[in-house]
Amino acid sequence: MTWVNDVVQGIFLGGAYALTAIGLSLMFGVMRLVNLAHGDLAVCGTYLATTVMAMFGVPLWVALLIMVPLAFLLGAVLQLSLFDRALASGPTAPLLVTFGLSVIIENLLQQIYSANTRGVPAGNLDVAAVHLGALVLPWLAMLKLILATAVIGGLSLLLQHTGWGRRVRATSDDLAIARLQGIRVRPLFASVTGIAIAAAALAGTLNAVTTGVYPALGALTLIFAFEAVIIGGLGSLWGTLVGGMLLGVTQVVVSQVSVPYATLASQLLFLAVLAVRPQGLFGSAQAVGG
Amino acid sequence: MAPVSTRAELSQAVAVRRWSRPATVTTAGAALAVAVLAALPYLAGTGVTQALVTLFVLVSMAVLWNLLAGYAGMVSFGQQAYLGIGAYLVWLVSSKTGLSPFLAIVAAAAGSAVAGVPIFALIRRLAGGYFAVATWVVAECLFLYVTNQLWLGGGTGVGLQQLSGMAPVLRNAYTYWTALGLTVVIVAGVYLLVRSRFGLDSRAVHDDRAAAAAMGVEVPRTRWLAYLIAAAGFGAVGGMLIISTLYTDPATVFNVNYSADMLFMVVIGGLGTMEGPIIGAVIFFAVQEKFAASGVWYLVAIGAVAIVVVLAAPGGLWGLASRRGWELLPVGYRTRAAEEKP
Repeated sequence: MTWVNDVVQGIFLGGAYALTAIGLSLMFGVMRLVNLAHGDLAVCGTYLATTVMAMFGVPLWVALLIMVPLAFLLGAVLQLSLFDRALASGPTAPLLVTFGLSVIIENLLQQIYSANTRGVPAGNLDVAAVHLGALVLPWLAMLKLILATAVIGGLSLLLQHTGWGRRVRATSDDLAIARLQGIRVRPLFASVTGIAIAAAALAGTLNAVTTGVYPALGALTLIFAFEAVIIGGLGSLWGTLVGGMLLGVTQVVVSQVSVPYATLASQLLFLAVLAVRPQGLFGSAQAVGG
Repeated sequence: MAPVSTRAELSQAVAVRRWSRPATVTTAGAALAVAVLAALPYLAGTGVTQALVTLFVLVSMAVLWNLLAGYAGMVSFGQQAYLGIGAYLVWLVSSKTGLSPFLAIVAAAAGSAVAGVPIFALIRRLAGGYFAVATWVVAECLFLYVTNQLWLGGGTGVGLQQLSGMAPVLRNAYTYWTALGLTVVIVAGVYLLVRSRFGLDSRAVHDDRAAAAAMGVEVPRTRWLAYLIAAAGFGAVGGMLIISTLYTDPATVFNVNYSADMLFMVVIGGLGTMEGPIIGAVIFFAVQEKFAASGVWYLVAIGAVAIVVVLAAPGGLWGLASRRGWELLPVGYRTRAAEEKP
């Protein structure tokens, strides 16, 4: 029975990874942009939420209501100011610009908040759980999985059934033709990046309730999000959810055997997928470029 | 000009030059500078030579990273993997066989190139951001592995016992000469490489892989060779790192910050030029020496400058200079129509 519980915990952990990774997946799918500052922006959102809580003495959910729209704005502004130009400056420019941005954010956070780990106070949300026999269902983990499913489901519906979604899909298919059809690409890209960063910031904050947050967390956040996206397959949002779950299950099951090797096991899973099926489980081959 | 159909006619019609007077001056100046630098341990204190070792390491890293990103079109954020492999190999070889750590650098370079073969096989099909992050994940895997290996010192790291016992004056001088020699080998090696057929191939691959393949360039082989040469170089630099600090631990040597430094130096100096990374390394070194004591603001500023350079002046500082036709280390060919004969 314990292994069933392990798999369940792994799936929950995967929900957390997927919620972080959705934005990365979305931005790649729409703009072919690999945002290497994704993890640091998620961490940035977490610090913003803790600052709001400390300044106004509000509980976590109120801070999230304030922080998530701000994260959306931050994403939109970054797209309009930096990413648009980077995308127009050749294939390596987006990599160099987003990696540079990642270093800037990490060091700024370190200067402002110090390199120490900071907790995210959330009452007893991090320990509250439902017990079903040997099965433990932690509320926070379930919340993240539900949010991941809801965000992916909501995005899929928006992409399939609204005018915004049609414009996004058209732009993703062929940027030049979409422009010819009169689609205003810049605000569209700004809205996509806004959603991506908002989701990442929300995920980062909820994850930090259990683990705490520190400036250098962004690098590891990016790596796990990236792995979820690649394992699931580039451009597939539901694939990202599955990719996150595979990472989570691997990590939890291996940690039952050997805790030090749990993280290494999920990295090796990623490298194995790269070696055997670089396009991921639900992706197309040309996306990775090789 | 008369129509050209044979090689002999071509060489009559067009004058091809690879060298220039400024290039002669530069090379002569560089040779003189190396001679002066080699005498420095007799002239200056250890403060100066130790600072210069840091500069040499930065120059080597920038030149090697530029070989990958600027010439072969492979932006990698995981070259710290080879810094770590090289550092641990120097420790391993010198402590197990008793070989001098200075000589063990050769083993570190060779071992890193060998380690690069399976790693490249794993990531060779990836392009752009996927290549960049996949190399980073490989470095993370090595970090996690070494951290859990007690025979490699685990998370606390390992110290070079052999050198700790050496007289400091001698040790500093040998370290300095090794770093200088390594840097000269790396800079001259990359320069000669970039001027060779391989350089033309790799730049063609960088500009357009499909077009390069259509022109007969063996794209996979060129990428493979560039990657392994860089791996050997980074392995040697990693060996230099442990020799200069006498100590290494996984969290330091496998840190992605090395990749950030390399990116900043190369981008600010001039991606895809021979002169740029060297200039970028000198600037980075100067900024670091001056401002590192007052926190990490200097990294924020350098990052911002690098972003502005990528977006506004993609050729970097050297790109701006070479618009005036400056070329200190020419790698290309300049053609000029020969004068018509009467």
